Amino acid sequence: MEWVDGWGVSLATFLPAVGTVVLLFVPSERERLVKWLGLAFSFAALAIGALVLLRYDFGASGYQLEVIKSWIPQIDANYHVGLDGMSLPLFELSLLVSFLCIVYLFFHVPEPGKPKALIALTLLLETGMTGTFVALDLILFFIFWEVVLVPMYFMIGIWGGPRREYAAVKFFLYTLFGSVFMLLGFLALWFRAGTFDIVALQELGAAAEIGTRLFQNLVFLGLFLGFAIKVPMWPFHTWLPDAHTEAPTIGSVLLAAILLKMGTYGFIRIALPILPQAAVDFAPIIGVLAVIAIIYGALCCFAQTDLKRLIAFSSVGHMGFVMLGIATLTDRGINGAIFGMVAHGLITGMLFFLAGSIHERYHTRAIAELGGVLAQIPRFGSVFTYAAIASLGLPGLAGFWGEMLALLGSYQPAAVLDDALFRVLMVGGGIGTVLTAGYLLWTVQRVNLGRVPERFAGERIVDVTGIEWAAWSPLLALIIAAGLYPKLVLGVTDSAVQSLLGVFGVGS
Amino acid sequence: MTNLLLAAEQSAELLPPGAIGRVLWLVPLLPFVAFFVILFFGKRMPRRGHTVGILAVATGLVLSLLAFFELVGNRAPIERSWTWFQFAGGQSLRLEFGMTVDFFTTVMFVVVCTISLLVQIYSTGYMHDDSRYTWFYAALSLFTASMLFMVIANNLLQLFIGWEGVGVCSYFLIGHFWEEKENSSAAIKAFITTKIGDTGFLFGIFVLFAAGHTFNIAELNHLAEEGEIGGTVLTVGALLLFMGAVGKSAQFPLHVWLPDAMAGPTPVSALIHAATMVVAGVYMVARMLPLFEHAGAALDVVAVIAAITMLIAALLALVQDDIKKVLAYSTISQLGYMMAALGVGAYTAAIFHLFTHAFFKALLFLGSGSVIHAVHSNNMSDMGGLRRYMPHTFKTFIIGSLGLAGVFPLAGFFSKDEIVGEALRAANEGQRFTAWVVFISALVTAFLTALYMTRACVKTFWGEYRGHGHPHESPGSMVTPLWILAGATMTVGFLGFPVVGPFKNWITLPGEEHHGFETLYNLVLPVASVALALAAIWLGWQMFERGRFKVDILAGPFAWTYQLLENKYYLDDLYLKGIVKPVQYPLAAAAYWSNQHILDGIVNGVASATVSSARVVYEDIDQQVVDFAVNGAAGLTGWTGGMLRYIQSGNVQRYAAVLFAGVAVFVALFALL
Repeated sequence: MEWVDGWGVSLATFLPAVGTVVLLFVPSERERLVKWLGLAFSFAALAIGALVLLRYDFGASGYQLEVIKSWIPQIDANYHVGLDGMSLPLFELSLLVSFLCIVYLFFHVPEPGKPKALIALTLLLETGMTGTFVALDLILFFIFWEVVLVPMYFMIGIWGGPRREYAAVKFFLYTLFGSVFMLLGFLALWFRAGTFDIVALQELGAAAEIGTRLFQNLVFLGLFLGFAIKVPMWPFHTWLPDAHTEAPTIGSVLLAAILLKMGTYGFIRIALPILPQAAVDFAPIIGVLAVIAIIYGALCCFAQTDLKRLIAFSSVGHMGFVMLGIATLTDRGINGAIFGMVAHGLITGMLFFLAGSIHERYHTRAIAELGGVLAQIPRFGSVFTYAAIASLGLPGLAGFWGEMLALLGSYQPAAVLDDALFRVLMVGGGIGTVLTAGYLLWTVQRVNLGRVPERFAGERIVDVTGIEWAAWSPLLALIIAAGLYPKLVLGVTDSAVQSLLGVFGVGS
Repeated sequence: MTNLLLAAEQSAELLPPGAIGRVLWLVPLLPFVAFFVILFFGKRMPRRGHTVGILAVATGLVLSLLAFFELVGNRAPIERSWTWFQFAGGQSLRLEFGMTVDFFTTVMFVVVCTISLLVQIYSTGYMHDDSRYTWFYAALSLFTASMLFMVIANNLLQLFIGWEGVGVCSYFLIGHFWEEKENSSAAIKAFITTKIGDTGFLFGIFVLFAAGHTFNIAELNHLAEEGEIGGTVLTVGALLLFMGAVGKSAQFPLHVWLPDAMAGPTPVSALIHAATMVVAGVYMVARMLPLFEHAGAALDVVAVIAAITMLIAALLALVQDDIKKVLAYSTISQLGYMMAALGVGAYTAAIFHLFTHAFFKALLFLGSGSVIHAVHSNNMSDMGGLRRYMPHTFKTFIIGSLGLAGVFPLAGFFSKDEIVGEALRAANEGQRFTAWVVFISALVTAFLTALYMTRACVKTFWGEYRGHGHPHESPGSMVTPLWILAGATMTVGFLGFPVVGPFKNWITLPGEEHHGFETLYNLVLPVASVALALAAIWLGWQMFERGRFKVDILAGPFAWTYQLLENKYYLDDLYLKGIVKPVQYPLAAAAYWSNQHILDGIVNGVASATVSSARVVYEDIDQQVVDFAVNGAAGLTGWTGGMLRYIQSGNVQRYAAVLFAGVAVFVALFALL
């Protein structure tokens, strides 16, 4: 088991990519073999992820299971990976959700088929996402970040809906646009501090040794654009509804569950600790944009006619709560933000699975055409209600803690921030929770309740299938587990959050 | 019942002190586990799962009674807590998972378990043919568990979790017949209206936590008493907490959800109105009363809101045709009494009224369910003369009505008079204007209560039968709970008998004095209030049975009052047209329009502008101008022009390469800086 400490993290990260390469040599007619190979590689990665969990010391703070190897000595870029309390939950989440997506693909390969290509891309995506969360070197981080774009671009572009090409190009270019500024920020840091190493940069940041306030703010602006587009924060979110609506089911699931978290993770891993002074300057702006996103996203949800697009807009609001938590620069807010990321990953991932399965069953996602799902397929309908209620932040389920801690953080933001502003933001967030409950229950009423519409009444619609239970039950179980036992997440994140906040001198 | 009490008392003596109280967390846990058992295995069970629910809550009732008698000898509350999560760092957030068991807890437990048990037994008959019978029992169990979890909580955050659990269960149960849209709409209305209050409640918890660094109820009360938390912060915190209670306990102006909640099955209405859900707000304010008493004007706000609530709801009860809506408005009105009692600082009286009300209101709801079961209609215009067809339902309903009307010696008399008396005392001794408001309002409402219940009884049980088919008495599973509750309605009032009744010794705030029926004017008061009730019953009888004193309310000078009542003071219209509809249509549409046309318009505009400028660069500059220049420069521009092709073909990877070349330029710039 010692080997896990050294290369476990890297193995879990790269095994799926190895799977992609292996799949290239398998003839695409052998679909069963392709699927089993895909499953085997992602399961192996997940299993190593579980071993990592066993070796991880939850009592300690700082980075663990680190590996540092010289990589591109000319620019002093290293292969540096490792985990701490902020990255571990997201690392595990991306391994889990990717695995569940491949399970789901066993019987749900969308048009136009080609399971081999789709599974190969999913595995590549898994490596990119996982790598982003373990990278501790800016160049490495950037490469993983960009690796994610390619498979998702093809996923939307090939297996997507009617407007797939527009959505795919928009997704790619918009994110790339942001990441160019992010890269500029990274390079600026390198020129000023002489290193790409995140840990070293964090130490310099803590010692306030990186540049003037103006320099910090400029660099922060670059990083902000890169991360904010990925989150996505209002008003940079317009790629998201298109990407989600057009993407195939697993594309939407991965997008919601993992990809969006790369942006919020970027803030807490890179932007905040390395540029603390700029973070203080930007926090009010981030907070205001976050609350706009919460209310605006909820209002847009009321206007949606397509179920999947509605869930996409709900992500805008939920990620708003995450960003609000981050903007408070408090332990409550940031722990809440990470909780919110995990919860949103589980819950909205689940909702996208459901939207996909509704489309498969009814061949429509138009809310007005659906109805009586709970009457026709009661188990499916129950799962849908459960996920919707989790999404509205019901205490006892995962969605609550992120929202509650973000709002609590806003009532008492960090000492350097303006109390009055953040209390206004808290009230805005509170109004957002009511609106969120409103549109989710309204959606449940229109889709789930009532009588079965005539056009479906004669049809035999299957209830939740075995493969769906296999793909979904871990998510369903984790939603209630994290809700009832918040320590499951907070116990992991808190030590890392406390050391992050040391930078601001506002540890508590 | 008496034997059960005796047996419980005896067995409590055999155990070491505090043994039951310390494990009282089992009482919420049992129905919580029952929820999962019924949910996953209920359908395969012989009785479709109801035995599990009934057994869980029956065991809970026994434990609660044991704990109650255990506490008789030992008045100190039992406190236990575990750390749920502790943030690192100094004065940091601690999530506590704990319980407080005192007499108040056990009284609430006994009420909740008793009513839940009877409702579940009753439902085996009432819900027998329901297609979602098993789910119904699962939801009832979760409902009960959430309420108990809320009551036992020793801190506000945990209380809030139970509180919201109660909310979501009520959403499920009110919308149980969700095939009809009105029913699911009623469920949504209940959830969202209370959620507005809950948001305030949550903020109130934040305010108090920020001031006191704790969620613990006892500690917060203590801090307020010591003046550690005070001033505006305390007032604001208390008022925000009260906002939660306004939503949950259906106080003006958030009471609008409760009449609609009658869309749920009648046993659910009984449970919501008697034991769970609506008394949650009263419970919470009672628990926080020491804090409210130090919170400046907060208690006055409570008193005034409650006084308004009891009065306007009683007036609405007078004009309803749906028998359940009469009872619904009467619940709002009675919750007003409880809240008003808290508003004048009458802790014991408030809880005593909560206690007695649970029995007679559950009785009335289950009785109305029995009637509805027989005539297949909620409307009193389809009833009439039922005393001949359903004698048990009739007798028990009359007992419940007299209890509600506050006629001696039934339960409501004792508890209501205690509140009226305490209000008068507070008004006289405390010189509080708001206590006078409560006192007057309570007397007027007492009169109205007797009047509308007389009207309901006459319309249901006297006269000729106006409905269809042949009404019949309900089965034993339904009638037995009625008689048990009727028995309770006739007896529990004596627990609060002036001077000798033990209730006031069970439930007291530390340092609270008792004044019940000790001075002269309080001797006058019960006589006066019974006279008032009897006068109202006489008037009601004359009006609705004998047809005298007919006032034409549809025309004439009082038509506007009728219109006002018929439209529920236009509050529903205000909320629907002023908030709900604007959000659903113009606001949402405007947000989405701006999203599609402004925000996305900018994005698409930038994209097409790039394409156009690339075309200009390629066609006009590259081909026309640069072609004549040196080859090296032409190559660079050709690159830029090439972007056009890449964008159009969607070949994004190569486009990326171009962008990185751009980055290289910036790198050079930074290197120079």
